[in-house]
Formats: sequence, structure tokens, C-alpha cells
Amino acid sequence: MRLRRAVDPGVRAVRARSNTELRLLALAVLVVLCAYALVSLSQEEALPGDLPVYAGTLAAMAVGAHLCSRRLAPGADPLLLPLAFLLNGLGLAMVRRIQFAYAAEDPGTPALGPAQTVWTVVGLVAFCLTLAVVRDTRVMDGYRYLIGACALALLVLPLVPGLGYSVRGAQLWVRLAGFTVQPAEFAKIGLTVFYASYLAEKRALLSEATSRVGPLLIPPARAFGPLLVAWLASLAVLVLQSDLGLSLLFFGGFILLLYVATGRVAYPILGTLLFAAGGLFAWSTLDHVRLRIAIWLDVWSLPDEGYQLAQSLFALGTGGVLGVGWGQGRPDFIPDVHTDFIFSAFGEEAGLVGTTALLLCYFLIVGRGFAASLRCRSDFETLLGAGLTILFGLQVFVILGGVTRLIPLTGLTLPFVSYGGSSLVANYVLIALLLRLSANQPARPPRRAAAATRAAGSA
Amino acid sequence: MSRQVRRVAAGLFALFGALFLNLNYVQVLQAGELADHPRNARAIIREYEVQRGSILARSGEQPVEVARSVETDDALRFLRRYPQGELFGHVTGFSSLVYGDTEIEAIFDEQLGSGGRQRFVHSITDLLAGREETGDDVVSTIRTSVQRAAAAGLGGRKGSVVALDPRNGEILALWSSPPYDPNTLSSHDPDRIRAYWRQLEADPDDPLVNRAIRSLYPPGSTFKIVTAASALREGVSPDTTFPDPTEQPLPNTTATIGNFGGGTCNGGAPISFSQALTVSCNTTFAQLGLRIGDRALVEQARQFGLNRSWELQMPAVATSAIPPDLDPAEVAQSAIGQRDVRVTPLQVAVISGAIANGGRLMTPRIVKRVEDFGGGVVEKFPPEPLALDGDARAVSQDVAATLREMMTSVVTSGTATGAQLPGVTVAGKTGTAETGTNEPPTVWFTGFAPAEDARVAVAVVLEEGGGLGEAATGGAVAAPIGAQVIQAALAAEE
Repeated sequence: MRLRRAVDPGVRAVRARSNTELRLLALAVLVVLCAYALVSLSQEEALPGDLPVYAGTLAAMAVGAHLCSRRLAPGADPLLLPLAFLLNGLGLAMVRRIQFAYAAEDPGTPALGPAQTVWTVVGLVAFCLTLAVVRDTRVMDGYRYLIGACALALLVLPLVPGLGYSVRGAQLWVRLAGFTVQPAEFAKIGLTVFYASYLAEKRALLSEATSRVGPLLIPPARAFGPLLVAWLASLAVLVLQSDLGLSLLFFGGFILLLYVATGRVAYPILGTLLFAAGGLFAWSTLDHVRLRIAIWLDVWSLPDEGYQLAQSLFALGTGGVLGVGWGQGRPDFIPDVHTDFIFSAFGEEAGLVGTTALLLCYFLIVGRGFAASLRCRSDFETLLGAGLTILFGLQVFVILGGVTRLIPLTGLTLPFVSYGGSSLVANYVLIALLLRLSANQPARPPRRAAAATRAAGSA
Repeated sequence: MSRQVRRVAAGLFALFGALFLNLNYVQVLQAGELADHPRNARAIIREYEVQRGSILARSGEQPVEVARSVETDDALRFLRRYPQGELFGHVTGFSSLVYGDTEIEAIFDEQLGSGGRQRFVHSITDLLAGREETGDDVVSTIRTSVQRAAAAGLGGRKGSVVALDPRNGEILALWSSPPYDPNTLSSHDPDRIRAYWRQLEADPDDPLVNRAIRSLYPPGSTFKIVTAASALREGVSPDTTFPDPTEQPLPNTTATIGNFGGGTCNGGAPISFSQALTVSCNTTFAQLGLRIGDRALVEQARQFGLNRSWELQMPAVATSAIPPDLDPAEVAQSAIGQRDVRVTPLQVAVISGAIANGGRLMTPRIVKRVEDFGGGVVEKFPPEPLALDGDARAVSQDVAATLREMMTSVVTSGTATGAQLPGVTVAGKTGTAETGTNEPPTVWFTGFAPAEDARVAVAVVLEEGGGLGEAATGGAVAAPIGAQVIQAALAAEE
């Protein structure tokens, strides 16, 4: 038997992972190209003229991002980037399809597709830059106050007169050099870094139990301080920026992370009570919150206020199991279908099959995120991985639950799929951070590699 | 911490599981309901993709389209048009994006649209022939010339005309004035539809109300036909005489019944039953009412169709009524068509029709049959007796014959001389119903012709004296309109 040149099994495993990522990316590009072609076939009754160009661009973007992750984060999770890229690409195809529907109504509508493609490039560049700059996530631990302060500043930026800009009551946007940016999308990540770092340091202190109520171990009163601060901050976001979704996301993410850090069930319990109190306060004082809940409870008796949600349900129901087919539905019936309600457009044209596929992609991202968190060796990294994953997963749940009427609707973008630059770029940064967390850990050698090691040893 | 991370992960996975279950609920279990929800515009667009069938009237033996669908370039493909505008509005109804369908458009929506019973077979033959799906045509019994005569007769005054063929119940004209234009209500412009609807609703003359089948009027003296039928059945003969007072006192009340214009009917000399109907003598009929009593009168009215809801091929037909359990004073007042007796113009035409048809009531029909694109009959509505307790006879053949003679003399020498036609014997009865003191009366004419072998029965009603004020009478205002409509109907038959 001829002996092959011995390769370090660790290196081989890393290479295998990178190759897996590349193959999965190729698959994602193929799926996205099919969606792109289907949109043109249904809307223009011809294959898109620029199909080769588009295929080349997509492939170039995928390969570029892959080379970055291969070089800068060797051994990183091979599923995260392809899943994000697939969702992003399907979102692009749907945005372009919606663009056709808008143009049929009003030929003057600005083109959404090209803009979103540019944002995709920006997002992938941000992905690469994050991997290049954050070589070791622990660096961020040292800058936690700076990062936390920046996040807060970003959060209040839309409230600055002259800079802020509100859409349908929610004061969330900033207009900068002709672009509208939603700084909260970036603030979310910064705040999670801050939470993770703060909780990693204080977790011993916060999990110290001084009393007991039944089976519950209760930490001392001062340990609840951070929880109260987070609660008040969330209420402030709700009242000042009229943003229910963001507020829910911040607070929910924080209490879950607090639980992860301390293992004390008392925190989520108290957090839920505080959430209920805050919710009651919001319900009794804020008309738009009360309306959201009224619509959720009975969308059919409020034909005007519940119009958007009703249209979303009509789209989902019309789609049924198999959908009416790409380009065969009426996404334009749903107001703002290209942002918060894009999932419903998939529901109509791709049916339950399509929505389940999207849901699975998110499910896998969340699963891989938690897996990365579990493999981290430092508390900060574990908390950061869990925090980012919770943030991502909760956002997906809140918006999808909203458009399918599982929970009251709160405006949030659907990560990677909704039209909008800030959300896309911020989510690529989030994925890059998860990739970095998964890469810093030595990859467990796959079984075949382990066998090879044994074989090499015996030889 | 890994234990907590796993737990939180499990929690989030549970939330994703809830999303998945809910998606199955919305996209599978609720899917049909949501797809066909009335507010789901996709269903409407799909509905407008099908060429709705036409509604046809008759002109001689020629079918005339009174409602049809034409193709447009709009988002909604087919547009409903009513070529004659207002003329058949209350017959066809409208088919509105905003306010739904009414009248024939509503009752025959399935057949006109794509949901017909034979649709499946059609679809396959359509498929093989490469033909697009179209709705079936509804062939109505309406005759355009009679409808036109009815509209011209009322000439914009508030009221209604119903003409039918007493032999088979086919409705020849169904006119309600003021009319509305179903074209505007069936357009594709919701703002225009709403604006016109608001204008119609605000109109004090209620053009949206189909008076022919939904307005209940006091019948006045036309109801004396019912009282007379009851009296004949109770053994009163046309020659039976009655005292002729200026006022008929009523039991247990100081109220009395007087004659039209005051005075007596026959100079104070005893008046025969037949003569009393000819001159529409209130005091005689009050006495008849007292004589036959409430039970017999109400029962006779029921046999003519009152106090019963019968199916017409139109939605929400009002039920004409006479209250049961009347005290003697009320019977006397009801016997001359006052008090609480309320009838639709259609009901009055049906009463005349029954007498014209030898006492047999025929179910009024406005749709004869449904045809597919090739003229094949998909559904048929043959003449049907309007049976009550298994008997479609409102009065015996003898009573009907006697009434026919009595009603003929009303036209030849009584209150309805305005309804005379050259060469045709017309039988009829007028009515002038008080609606309040110092208010113009509701005026009526009902009749049929030719008396011996009637081919048409009509009811004409005008509100507020037809514009002639308090002095208006059924004989002066309504009878000539009745004659015009009868003439048009007889001419259309030839």
C-alpha cells in the first residue's frame, strides 16, 4: 500500500468545510438564477436577456464572499454563508417580481431591483470587512463601552431634528447624503455585543442567589438593576420611536441572554411580568398599540385598519399548498409587500412549499448559530453567539408571526429577504460575526479525518 | 452555560414550530375560505374573467339583450352593460363591484357567471373547441314594447306598472318609477359607483326601491274585487240590493264610512251589488264587509295570495297583507281597501290575473329559461299554478265569470271608462286610496283584456295622485295608463 503524504487532519477538515461552503454556494446561486429566470419568463415571456451577465455577477459575488471566509475564517461553519446568500438571492428575485407588479400599476415607480442588488454588494463587502477587521471577537470585549455608547447613539439618531425621518409614525430612519438608513439595524448588533460583554463579566454576581421562593432561587434585589434598565430603555424606544417590534426584540433578547448568562429562571419570569406591565401600559396609552392588538384579535371586523393584514392572509390562502406560481399572483394587493410583507408574496406564489423552505433556511441559521455558541470557549463568545442568534431568530419569529396573524403585527424586516439596505448590510455583519465565532474554535475533526489519523498512526 | 443555551435554543425552535403549524393552518385549512373571501379582490378579478351571460327580453319573437358583458382593457376584463339604460333597471338589477348583485343578476348569478350546474360539461367542450368560458343567457318573459308602454304611461311620475299573462303567469312588464341607471352601478370605477349610489340614496323619491315588488300600498277600491269575490262565495248575487245611505255607521265607534265625493251612490234608492261595484260604492262594500265578517274576507284575501310569501324569481319580494282578527269596524274599512290592508302592485296584478284565468292563480315568472351559448336549454321554468293548500283556485269558475262581467261594466259604464279600448272588451277596477288628510291619494287601476279570454292583466299605481293633487282618482289618472299597457301587450301578441 502506497503511503500518501501525510496532511495535518485539522487542515484537511478545514479545507473540507470550505469546500462544502463553496458547493452549497454554487447550489444557492443555481436556485437564485432559476428564480430570476422564472420572474422574467412570467413577466416578460422570455428569458432575461442579461441572464449570463447576472449569473456571472452572482457567481462572482458568491465566490468573492467565499474566498474571504475561506482565507479570513478558515474552519468556519460552512452553512451560514450559503443560507444567507440563498435567502438574499430569493429576496432579490421577489423584489424584482414585485417591481414588475408595481410598474404595471404605475410605470413611474422607481426600480427596486437594481437598488437591492447594489445593497447586496454592499452587504457582502460589509461581510468581508467584518471578517477582516474582527480577527478575534474577544477584541470587542475590550471596547464594550465604546460599542455600547455607539449603539445607543445610533438608536437615538433618528430623533435628532433635521436628521430623523419618520415613515407611517415610526421614527426610525435617518437621511444621509440621499440615502435613508435605519440605524437601529446596526444598533441591535452593537447592543448585543455590549450585553454579552457586560453579562460575561457580571454573570457570577448576577447568578448569586440569596433567597428562595418555592423552587425559584432569587438573586439579590440590586442584581435586577440591569433588567430594569433594559426594560425602561425598551419602553423608551416604544414611546419615543413608536416602534413596537424593535422594543419587543431588545427586551426579549436581553432577558433571554440574561437567563443564558445566569441560569436563573427568576429573570425571565420577572422579565415576562415586566413585559406584561409594559404591554398593558402601552395598550392603555398608545393608540397604535391598541389598534394593532384589535386588528390581531379580529382582522375581519376592521376592513380599513386591518386591510394590510387581511391582504396578507388572502395572499397566503390563495397560494395554498403549491402556490399560484412565480409571477402569477397579485403581490401588489398588499401594501408595502416589498418590505415587511414580502413573506406573504412568497406564500401566494410559492405556496406552503415555498414558505416552509424559507422557514427551514431560517431554522438552520438559528440552529448553526446556537451550535457555534455552544462550541465557544469563553463566556463572552458563548454569550455573543447566543445573543446574536436569539436576536436573529426572534426577529424572524416576530415578523413572520405578525404577517401570518400568529401574534400581533409589529413592523420588522424579514432578514435578508425584505427590500432595504440597512437590514441587509446589518444581517451580513451578524452572519460574519457568527462565522468568526464558529471559526475561532478548532473544528471537531470529522469521523473520516479521525479514521485517517488512526490509519496514519498505525502506519 | 451550555445548558441554558440549549434550553433557549429549544424555546426558539418551539416558536419556529408554532410558525410552521400556523402556516399550515392558514395555507391549508383556511386556504379555500381565504381564497374565496368576498373581500379578496383576486376572486373578483377571476369572476370578471368570465364573460357573464346576457339577460334577454322579447320583442315580437326576437330576443333583445337587456344586459350583456363586453370586453375591456381594464384590470377587470368584462364590463356589464345595459343597452336600454334605465328601462330594465328594476328587472335586471345591477352587477356591482361595490354593492353586489340585485334582482335577476342576483338570483341567476350562478347561471350567468361561471358556476352553472352544467358548467363542468361546458368546460370540457369549451376546452376541446378552444372556446373561452362564458356564462349562460337568462331569457326573461319581459316584452320590450309592454315595458316601454308602462314607462311612457307613468312618464316619470312615481309609481309602478306590472303586466302579466294571466294564462301562464309570465310577467310582460315590470316598471318602477323613478328608475336608476344600472350601467353606472355596474361600472369598474368604485368612486363613480359610490357617488351615484349616494346620489340615489339621497333622492327623496327612492329610485333604488323596486316598487313593483317591494312597495306596499293601501289598495283602496281595487280591494273591492276581493270583497266582492268573498261576498259572491257567501251567496250574495249581483242583483242583491242594499240600502244606499250617504254614510255607513260602524259598530262600536262614532266613525262612519262615506262615499267618494260625499252623497249617495244611487240617489238613495236601493242599489244592486253589481251597480255598487260599477260605481265603487263605499257604503255598500262596508255593509258587505260587515255581512261576510273578518274570517271570510281574510281567507279570500289569502286565497288571492295575501299573507303568504311566494317565490318569485326575484329576491326579497314583499308580502302583501291584511291583518287577521278584525273587529267589525275594521272589517268594513278593510273591505274598501283602507285601514291596514297593504299590497304590492304585483299582488294586485295577480288578483286580476286570477279572475281573468277562471279563478286559477298562476305563479308569476320573470324568467322563462336559461340557455347556453348555442341556444341549448339548460334550465326551464314552465308555468306553474300558485297553489294554496294544494288548490290553485282563488275563486270558483262561476264566481270568476260573475266578477269578470261585473268588472267589465266598471269599464263600460263605471269609474274606469278611461280604460276603454276600441274593439277590445276591457274588465277592470279603479282605486283611490287615501293616505292622510289633505294628502294626494294613491291611485290605482287594475284589469285585464280581452275580458272573455284575457291575455294580459295589469296593475297600475301612482303615488301622490300622479301629480294631479287631492282631486286625483284612479279612473282619471291610472285607468288610461292601464289601457295603453293592455293595448301594447295585445299588440305584441299578434
